[in-house]
Amino acid sequence: MKSKSFEGFMKIVFIICAATSILAILLICYFIFSGGVPFIMEYGLKNFLFGNKWAPSHSPQAFGILPMIVGSLLVTLGAIIIGVPIGVLTATYLAKFSNKKIYRFLKPSINLMAGIPSIVYGFFALVVVVPVMRNLVGGTGMNIITASLLLGIMILPTIIGLSESSIRSVPESYYEGSVGLGASHERAVMTVILPAAKSGIISSVILGIGRAIGETMAVILVAGNQPRIPSSLTQGVRTLTTNIVLEMGYAAEAHREALIATAVVLFVFILLINGIFLIIKRRAMN
Amino acid sequence: MSKLSIRNFNLYYDDFHALKDINMEIGEKEITAFIGPSGCGKSSLLKSLNRMNDLVEGCSINGEVLLDGKNIYDKDVDVNTLRKRIGMVFQKPNPFPMSIYDNIAYGPRTHNINNKARLDEIVEKSLRGAAIWDEVKDDLKKNALRLSGGQQQRICIARALAVEPEILLMDEPTSALDPISTSKIESLVQELKDKYTIIIVTHNMQQATRVSDKTAFFLSGEVIEFNDTDTLFSIPKDKRTEDYITGRFG
Amino acid sequence: MSSLRRIFSFDHIIRSLIKLSALITFGALFFIVGYIFIRGIPHLTLDMFALEYTTENVSMLPAIITTLMLVALTLVIATPIGVFTGFYLVEYAKKGNKFVDLIRITTETLSGIPSIVYGLFGMLFFVYRLGFSYSLLAGTLTAAIMVLPLIIRSTEEALMAVDDSLREASFGLGAGKLRTIFRVVLPVAMPGILSGVILSIGRVVGETAALMYTLGTAAKMTDGLFSSGRTLSLHMFVLSNEGLYVNEAYAVGVVLLLIVLAINGLSTYLSNKLRKGE
Repeated sequence: MKSKSFEGFMKIVFIICAATSILAILLICYFIFSGGVPFIMEYGLKNFLFGNKWAPSHSPQAFGILPMIVGSLLVTLGAIIIGVPIGVLTATYLAKFSNKKIYRFLKPSINLMAGIPSIVYGFFALVVVVPVMRNLVGGTGMNIITASLLLGIMILPTIIGLSESSIRSVPESYYEGSVGLGASHERAVMTVILPAAKSGIISSVILGIGRAIGETMAVILVAGNQPRIPSSLTQGVRTLTTNIVLEMGYAAEAHREALIATAVVLFVFILLINGIFLIIKRRAMN
Repeated sequence: MSKLSIRNFNLYYDDFHALKDINMEIGEKEITAFIGPSGCGKSSLLKSLNRMNDLVEGCSINGEVLLDGKNIYDKDVDVNTLRKRIGMVFQKPNPFPMSIYDNIAYGPRTHNINNKARLDEIVEKSLRGAAIWDEVKDDLKKNALRLSGGQQQRICIARALAVEPEILLMDEPTSALDPISTSKIESLVQELKDKYTIIIVTHNMQQATRVSDKTAFFLSGEVIEFNDTDTLFSIPKDKRTEDYITGRFG
Repeated sequence: MSSLRRIFSFDHIIRSLIKLSALITFGALFFIVGYIFIRGIPHLTLDMFALEYTTENVSMLPAIITTLMLVALTLVIATPIGVFTGFYLVEYAKKGNKFVDLIRITTETLSGIPSIVYGLFGMLFFVYRLGFSYSLLAGTLTAAIMVLPLIIRSTEEALMAVDDSLREASFGLGAGKLRTIFRVVLPVAMPGILSGVILSIGRVVGETAALMYTLGTAAKMTDGLFSSGRTLSLHMFVLSNEGLYVNEAYAVGVVLLLIVLAINGLSTYLSNKLRKGE
């Protein structure tokens, strides 16, 4: 009988543990939103989102985050333009063009790539890409292209991992059907397998977008961090994430609240991206 | 009095009526075989006898199963103690991924026997009981998964014996085995009869005639005929039984 | 003429593009790793492992020790919670349970939140509201929430991969649920769970944004739960951001890469073991 009550006790322990992650997300939402939303209300949603002047130390202060929104969108778009084709084609290579021997070496390499700390990527870009960029286009070398290149590489493992598994999960009969009609290996893969793996590949791209838009420390080192709307790709930008980290250390009062409000905007972006990801995944399952 | 009485027993998986009004008396130290085409409910009934069906989602029952006169579905019955009294051997050999010794000792340890000497004794007795002692006695630390399928199944039988059950339920215990292993298990079942009440589900009619005293023929969730094995196979009363044993369907 | 047609054929172009992409991906990876190693190893001097941090030696030893402490504490908190959550999801919850759906959506959402948001939350909640200030404790709790979804998911997958017949056998011998889980299911699922734990180690070691305003960036060794410190990654960030210690930053990069390589080696080993089912 004693063991029976212990069974019941442990079941409750397990349920409490399971509830922890729900509690965590509620706390996160509460603290981020309650810290930032009042500021947005007071400052005006329109002024905050579409103001193009960020000048916390001027008087009067200005807290328009349009430059950071534009900055985040630009470097993310750049990362997608660079990372998606390379990532999807590399996944295709791993799933359909590599032999077993090479694969056994390359697959752990992708895991390694995913495991390299973002600061190492950022540092590498700072010491290698930035000087090259400086020579090519002048200026400091810290600009949208540099940041996009860096993020494009950083999202590769995310895109490759998910794309590869969705390419592999396409039934072999699709391939056989296509080759049986006289299609070459390349044509069968490109015209039958990849389209069939479409939803997994799209999911991987969405996850990649999430990773790129959320990346912070690596971007700080190479993006230039100027809070203004750039007029060319060779100018520096500041993203939503870097805005928070750069100024949080010394911000106070309205300035601090404005930074938390920046996180609110970032958080909403991420929740939207996650929502789209979940919907696609559910739809693919049904 | 019979060891096990099944009375007006019904079983449902959600809306599906899988067992219909089953009545059956099973005598002590007898071997009873359940036969019938797949999906006829024979395995479902077997699993109801030690309440393994509790684990199946959406499964509900009514009626009684009396073990020595006591309904095993009563509220005050402890399932774990019940399963100690009614052991089970499964279709696919499923030894735990641990040593042979630990496999056998798992049950006794579950029921709080931790004395080393006592455990040694139980392990040897159970392995002898399952006719596999001579094959593994020098290698008790070996992982049970490294044994052959037939040996694994006898380990699983020994594991079931180790908790000293009164009844042994066997769910198609030889269906995953080769003919030689099968015959070893069958002769083992014959030997075990001296000590245990055994119920064996089988899809193999020859096996039923070889090992069992009584046979029940199931069809679509009903017991069509339940009789001495010899009688059932030589002079079946029901047309459907006859059709089945002569191979006209199933 | 025919060779030209061959070069411009669909198949040839596709094959070349695919190979080129793979070349770029793996080329970039090996270039990054190789470059950091080649530039960093000469700067791995004994000075950099001095017990005390000074602005002269910019020793990384305090950061290494802080990293180890942070990782250990994070795992102590997150592993039981994550594994127990997995137990509940797989071993207890019934199909179609709404609570389970909620937990699944929650874990997926948690795993998508950027580390800077975790960092900000940790700062607002642990550092200010609970008054922990920049400390090992605040950093640990933030990191623990961050790795929770990783551990939950890997536990879930590992438990679901365990053959149901083993559970049946255990129940059939009269064992209860707890005994079945801890003695039969858990040992089989262990490699899978461990690989999730190892992934979490990697995540914590590589983390910067979530720790900057929770753990803080103090250069000395952390004195205890309520004292600030910096992990190796944070150390590398500070060094490279200041721009004064580029050579030292290379050296820290080498150490970080070695750790990541070790972690990856371990997790590959475990997943091979899992596949062989031993």
